[in-house]
Amino acid sequence: MAVTESPAKGRRSLWLLDLYGSAVGKKWAMALSGIVLLGFVIAHMIGNLHMYEGAAEMNEYGEYLRVIGGPIIPHTVFLWLIRLPLLAAFLIHIHAAYALTITNNRATIDKYKQPREWLAASYASRTMRWSGVIVLLFVAWHLADLTLGWVNPDFISGEPFHNTVVSLSNVGIAALYIAANIALGMHIFHGAWSLFQSIGVNNPRFNQWRRWLAQGLATVIVIGNISFPVMILTGVVG
Amino acid sequence: MDLTLQVWRQAGPNAPGRLVDYPAKDISPEMSFLEMLDIVNENLNAQGIEPIAFDHDCREGICGMCGLMINGLAHGPQLGTATCQLHMRKFNDGDTIVIEPWKAAGFPIVRDLAVDRSTFDRIIEAGGFITVPTGSASDANLTLVPKEVAEWSMDAAACIGCGACVAACPNSAAQLFTAAKIAHLSLLPQGQPERWTRVEAMVDKMEEFFGSCTNHGECETACPKEISLDFIALMNKDYMKAKFKNRRLVSQAG
Ligand code: FES
Repeated sequence: MAVTESPAKGRRSLWLLDLYGSAVGKKWAMALSGIVLLGFVIAHMIGNLHMYEGAAEMNEYGEYLRVIGGPIIPHTVFLWLIRLPLLAAFLIHIHAAYALTITNNRATIDKYKQPREWLAASYASRTMRWSGVIVLLFVAWHLADLTLGWVNPDFISGEPFHNTVVSLSNVGIAALYIAANIALGMHIFHGAWSLFQSIGVNNPRFNQWRRWLAQGLATVIVIGNISFPVMILTGVVG
Repeated sequence: MDLTLQVWRQAGPNAPGRLVDYPAKDISPEMSFLEMLDIVNENLNAQGIEPIAFDHDCREGICGMCGLMINGLAHGPQLGTATCQLHMRKFNDGDTIVIEPWKAAGFPIVRDLAVDRSTFDRIIEAGGFITVPTGSASDANLTLVPKEVAEWSMDAAACIGCGACVAACPNSAAQLFTAAKIAHLSLLPQGQPERWTRVEAMVDKMEEFFGSCTNHGECETACPKEISLDFIALMNKDYMKAKFKNRRLVSQAG
């Protein structure tokens, strides 16, 4: 009987890998890593508001992130303690998305001739893969631009205010940041609602709150992040 | 009413399929969608053309046989009903109606509009038995169930297994069906002894055939019984719990 077969499966492989082997388990991984990434995006946006205080405060904030815990913890160690789990969450999120996309493509070999009429699926939910890929490419660019300075000719290490202003004064780059953040907002718009569903945190009484939370988070993050290129382009900051 | 149908015709499981135009003339608005197809088939028969194969049985929305994708909507434009409960008055004279079978890798096409949904049976089988006392019936209120819980369980039990959730899902996921079948037992005291083994076995079986949920919510709107997405969340939660609990069962067994 299937009833007695199933538990024994766990004996064959590591418990966590066994869980991750299932699609439902991968959705759990996506939701939990999504929470970590979402937390980062919020903190990142709030931290960057120091841009509005001026160059000295912004640069001080950037340096502070490297000296947290000092002198007990060596320079930048705390930052790496944050970065490594983030990187792990990022990789898990991408791997799970990739694996689930393959599963889904296999399950949907047949396509309808008549275009589907969507009743519930939002534009954001149907474009998660695209918005995800856009955000991924953007993160690569963003790191090369403002963390490593590879694509930013005027990059000065340790001066995030200056680096941000020279980069975002370029209309093309500012437009890229704005577009990518809209994609990020759409990703969060669906993801922040969807993650509760994936981990079964669900109470009919609070379902409407989940929608509001996702909409609120997406709005706040998009407005906050887009304000930087807009304010720099218009000369308010810089 | 005079209508034009564009119907998916496919001679067999591996034969190529295509949409074929058929006129449907003198259709009464009072007819059900399936009666309209009956009329079209009678005409095809009279012309010596092979009639359109489609599934149906009860024609009153309880058996779940009659799933059709009508104009890109599972069970057609009327929400909360099966194809057999859809009436032609929902359409206008001169309309073109596109009729396709459920399309999903887990539902291979048998012929024309008829699909093989026996993968659903495999999921149910994986769920196995529930432990109930046999012998004479126990007293009516011996096992107490709060009314809200009984109703919630009944909401899940309303699933007729038609497959509209899979058909409507962009990922061909069977989450809503499986979640409903799990929930109607796991919410009740009678479903508790096998609750954790059941959810694990049924989800694992489901994933052999179907895609993965991305929380679009299309299944919920397509469902003729309006089964709630909340059951999917419950299934996800129970699956994770089962992964802990079933391990403990294994260790108990030594
Ligand atoms: S024929 Fe039974 S549900 Fe439609």
